[in-house]
This record gives sequence, C-alpha cells and structure tokens, in this order.
Amino acid sequence: MENQKLLKARENWTFFMAFVRKEFHHIFRDKTSILILLVMPILMLVLFGYALNTEVKNSKIAVYDPSRDEVTRAMVEKLLINNYFILHKVLNSASEAEKAFQSGEVSMVIVFSDHFYENLLHGGYAQIQLLADGSDPNTANIITSYATNILSGYQMELMKTGKIPYLIKPEIKLLYNPSMVAAYNFVPGVMGMILLLICAMMTSVSITREKERGTMEVLLVSPMKPLYVILSKAVPYFFLSLVNLATILLIAYFIMHVPIAGSLFWLIMISLVYIFVCLTLGLLISTMVETQMAALIISAMGLMMPVMLMSGMMFPIENMPVYIRWISDVIPARWYIEAIRKLMIMGLSFSAIIQELSVLVGMGIVLIVISLRKFKIRLE
Amino acid sequence: MSKRDPIIMPDDTVILAKDLTKMYGEFTAVDHISFDIKKGEIFGFLGANGAGKTTAMRMLCGLSKSTSGQAWVAGYDINHQSEQIKKRIGYMSQKFALYEDLQVWENIRLYAGIYGVPEREIGTKTDELLHRLGFESEKFTLVKSLPLGWKQKLSFSVAIFHDPSIVFLDEPTGGVDPATRRQFWELIYQAADRGITVFVTTHYMDEAEYCDRVCIMVDGRIDALDSPGNLKKTYGAKNMDEVFHQLARGARRKA
Repeated sequence: MENQKLLKARENWTFFMAFVRKEFHHIFRDKTSILILLVMPILMLVLFGYALNTEVKNSKIAVYDPSRDEVTRAMVEKLLINNYFILHKVLNSASEAEKAFQSGEVSMVIVFSDHFYENLLHGGYAQIQLLADGSDPNTANIITSYATNILSGYQMELMKTGKIPYLIKPEIKLLYNPSMVAAYNFVPGVMGMILLLICAMMTSVSITREKERGTMEVLLVSPMKPLYVILSKAVPYFFLSLVNLATILLIAYFIMHVPIAGSLFWLIMISLVYIFVCLTLGLLISTMVETQMAALIISAMGLMMPVMLMSGMMFPIENMPVYIRWISDVIPARWYIEAIRKLMIMGLSFSAIIQELSVLVGMGIVLIVISLRKFKIRLE
Repeated sequence: MSKRDPIIMPDDTVILAKDLTKMYGEFTAVDHISFDIKKGEIFGFLGANGAGKTTAMRMLCGLSKSTSGQAWVAGYDINHQSEQIKKRIGYMSQKFALYEDLQVWENIRLYAGIYGVPEREIGTKTDELLHRLGFESEKFTLVKSLPLGWKQKLSFSVAIFHDPSIVFLDEPTGGVDPATRRQFWELIYQAADRGITVFVTTHYMDEAEYCDRVCIMVDGRIDALDSPGNLKKTYGAKNMDEVFHQLARGARRKA
C-alpha cells in the first residue's frame, strides 16, 4: 500500500516538473517576455533611482539687481555655488523678466529692490522677489523652496555676525499660475497621453486585428488601394480624438478652471499635427507586428511608458542626464505638452511654439514616409 | 504596351504562367513553374503543406511579387498590371475572411461595395444569393454565430458576388467533414458552369478528383500536371492519394 502511494507521488512529481520546465521554456524562448521580466526591472531601477527624480539641478535663472551692493551680490553668489542654479542672464529692468520666461530661457527670476543693503540697515524698504514659471507648478515649487532655503540660511549667518539686523523673507510670485493649481500641470500631460492612446495604440491594434483575422489579405486582393484601407482605419480614431480633445478642453476650462489664455486656433492646429503624428506611429507599429497583443505591448511599453516618464509630464526634463534628454527629445508628446502649456497657461501665441510645431511636423513627415515604405515592402 | 491593355492570350486561356519563381533569400518556395488554365476550368493545385501552392497563388493574385518568371491573369501581367487583375478576380482565403462582428448581409454588402457592384444591384443580388444558399433566415445573423460549413459557403459566394472571371480559393475546405465538403464543391461546379474559372489549392487528395485538371507541387516544382483520370492511368494508381505518394517517393511508372 505504501509503495503504491509513493509511486503515485513520484509520478505526479515527474509530471509536475515536466510542466514547470515547459513554463521556463515559454518564458526564455520569447524575447518579449524576457524583456519584460529581466530587462525592465533594471531599466526602471536606473530610471527612477538615478535619472528621473524630482530634484531639480542646473536651473537657469536671471537676476535683476539694481542695488548691486555687497549683500545682494553675496546672496546671488550663494545661490550659484551649489549648481542648483546657473546664472543665465543679468536683467536690466524688471520688465525683462516676463520675456525671459516666455522664451523659455529661465525657470526663475530674482529681483532685488533698490538700495537693498542701505535700506535694510536703516529699516527702509528692502525686498527680494522670486518669480517662477507657474505653468509647471511642481518644478516652480521646488526651485523656489531651494532658493528660499539658501537665502534664509545665508541671512541667518549674516545676522549672527551682526551684519544685518533682521531677515528678509523672499516674496514668491508665480507667473501664469499664481495659485499653483496642480491641474495646470497635468491637463497638458493628460491631453498628450490620451491622444497618444487613442491614435497610436488603438489604430495599431485595429490594423493588426485585421491581419490576425485574415481579412487584411482579402482587402489587399481587392481593387481598393492599400493606402485607402489604412486610411479608413485611421479615420474613426481621428474623429474620436477630436471629440476627446474638445471634451478635455471643455472640462478643463469650465470645471477645473484651467485657462485657455493663448490662441485657441493654434491650440487646435498643433493638436491636429500631434494627432497626425500619433496616427502614423500607430501605423508604423502595425507594420512591425503580426498580433494585436504585440501591438498593444509595444504601444504600452514603447510609447505610453516613455511618455509618462520622460516627456516632462511628471519629472522635470532639465534635471535628466543628457542621454535621457535625447530620448525625451525624440518623444512627440514632450513637444506637444510643452506647446500646450505655453498656449493654454502662459497665454502665448504662434511665435512661441514655432519650434515645437516644426519638430512635430517634421516627425509626422518622417514617420509617414517610413510607414508607407514599410507597408509597401510587406506586400512583396 | 500601356498599363491598361491586356495581352491577347491563345484560345481561351485565362491564366498563363512561364517559369514563375519565388525565392525568399536562399530558399526557393516556387521553382520555375509553368502552366496554362482555360476558361471555365476547375484547376487544382495539389501538394503537401509547404509545397509552395499558397505562395504561387499569392503571386497570381498580386499579393506578392515574383522573383523571376512571368504570368498573366485574365490577360494582364501580374508584375506590372496587378491593379487590373484585382478588379477581375475573386479570392477566398483560408480563414474565410468574413467579419465576425458583422451580419451576413453586411458582409455581402461590404465586399460588393469594394468590388464596385452598383448600389442598386446589391440589394437584389444579396436576396438572390441568400435564396440560392438557403440562408434567407440568417440574413441578419452575425457571422460568428454561423456554423463552419455555412461560413465557407458564404465566403465563397461573397468571393464571386461581383461575377469575376476567375476565383482563387486557398484551401477552402479546411476543418469540415466530407459531406460538407461535397456540398461546397457543388457550389464550385455551379460557378464553373456559369463560366467562372476556379483555381483552388488544397492538400486533400480526394478533392483532386473533383477538378478538371490538377497539378501536383512537390518542393516548389510542378511534378505532374494532367486530368485526374490521366494521372491515375499514368501512375497506375487507384486514386489521387496513390498518385501523390508515388510522386513524393520519386518513383514513376508508365502504363
């Protein structure tokens, strides 16, 4: 009796191990699963632990210092010492500050009042103003805190040696988003993501579904030109994107009170270009894979993840190491989100987004050429 | 010769192939095959899986470009005038290629539209077709609810809806029982009687008996081309299965 039980147990064990072995084979013989299971964890560790963080270094700042006395000059020096800030420009008047922000040159402007040290000693008016770009509230918050800490620390030192009588607390002013509403930050990000999702992911899945089903073949034998087959796939998603764009803008404007301070026309224009880029991305992906599953994974891993992490949506771009910034530059969403921020929150118009617009147009052209070529090759 | 002119083909030939070859890198999928097919013929392409039948058919349909050799379908060159060919042929793929989430009549209308059947004719022709197949009750059924045999018949009917001169069938009877297969071949006979040339690939040797002429492909080459009757005589075989086995073994026996 005991022997029977033992024998059965051994049999079960052998079967079990055979299946376990088979499962290992499934994993290791499939490049995609190896990528996800082994490479991705390391990638995430490197990204989150090293490259992506909310610490902000090397922010470019501008200074307007009409008094230029020893205290103000020392304060500016203290700010620059730790590489948190880089002095990009010295301003000649307070009104130049707005321009410096609009051109995207600086993230913060420091303004000292006139006769700073003199007034400080004699109880007159002495003020430090920190102006930051509120359209990116996360970064603005961080750098103004840094600056405040550094300035307060230095002032404490001065007080100890009796050089100054009391502390001046810097006045923080956020341009474009004075109350630091978080929605201002994530609405552009969400727009970028949703359009990418609908256009790239869904289009690529739809085209590969046709291939999986076998109906693609029949369509290709039909008199309809292959190009039209593909276009017909893109059209519904194009319209859905427009509907979504309108919905997001309406909700953002009326319910979340995100301003549409700039040109609505150019907002729509650049959105159309971005939608086109995403559609061609979907098309490109569909020429590279055979199954819907693969299309989904590539869209999710290859598009959504980089967009979430490296487009400037969550983590500031300025702080990423150079090679990650190159990747960021290649992501269409990064340019789109930046343009949307400028248009919606900073209230700028066409001239400010020329760079973003041309980059997106260029990407669209390159992508459509590559996709069409790949599509033609597949036919042979 | 302009892009739009067909060549004149000898007496009623609808498909002509000369040394048609397809290579994928070093691998020769189709090896210099030549044949001609007459109007109204039911021509079978037999062979084991991987013999090159589907590849050959895809070249004729304009789905892939040949590596070398020539072929004309309905008078048009497959390499340079494939657009003209596509208008004149019908195609039924292995997977039947019907949209499962569309109803029966919606599938018919879709393909009819693609092949340019005039709008006003589509309705009447659809009802005629459904009547002929005995499908009237299923007009509004989603295709995914149909049994396999019905999907097959529907797929074939859709492929010839626009009255093409030639219809290409790629392994059309996979996965159904012999009785259903026979019913399917009834449809093929009816089409051939109407003058449609039928080009069918299959790996079922018994289906070869239904064809007017067959060619047997082995390793990309055509090793035999004749009517089933003649082939059986030539190889002293009782049925096509035996013929095929002899060819596959390389043995030849002349009566």
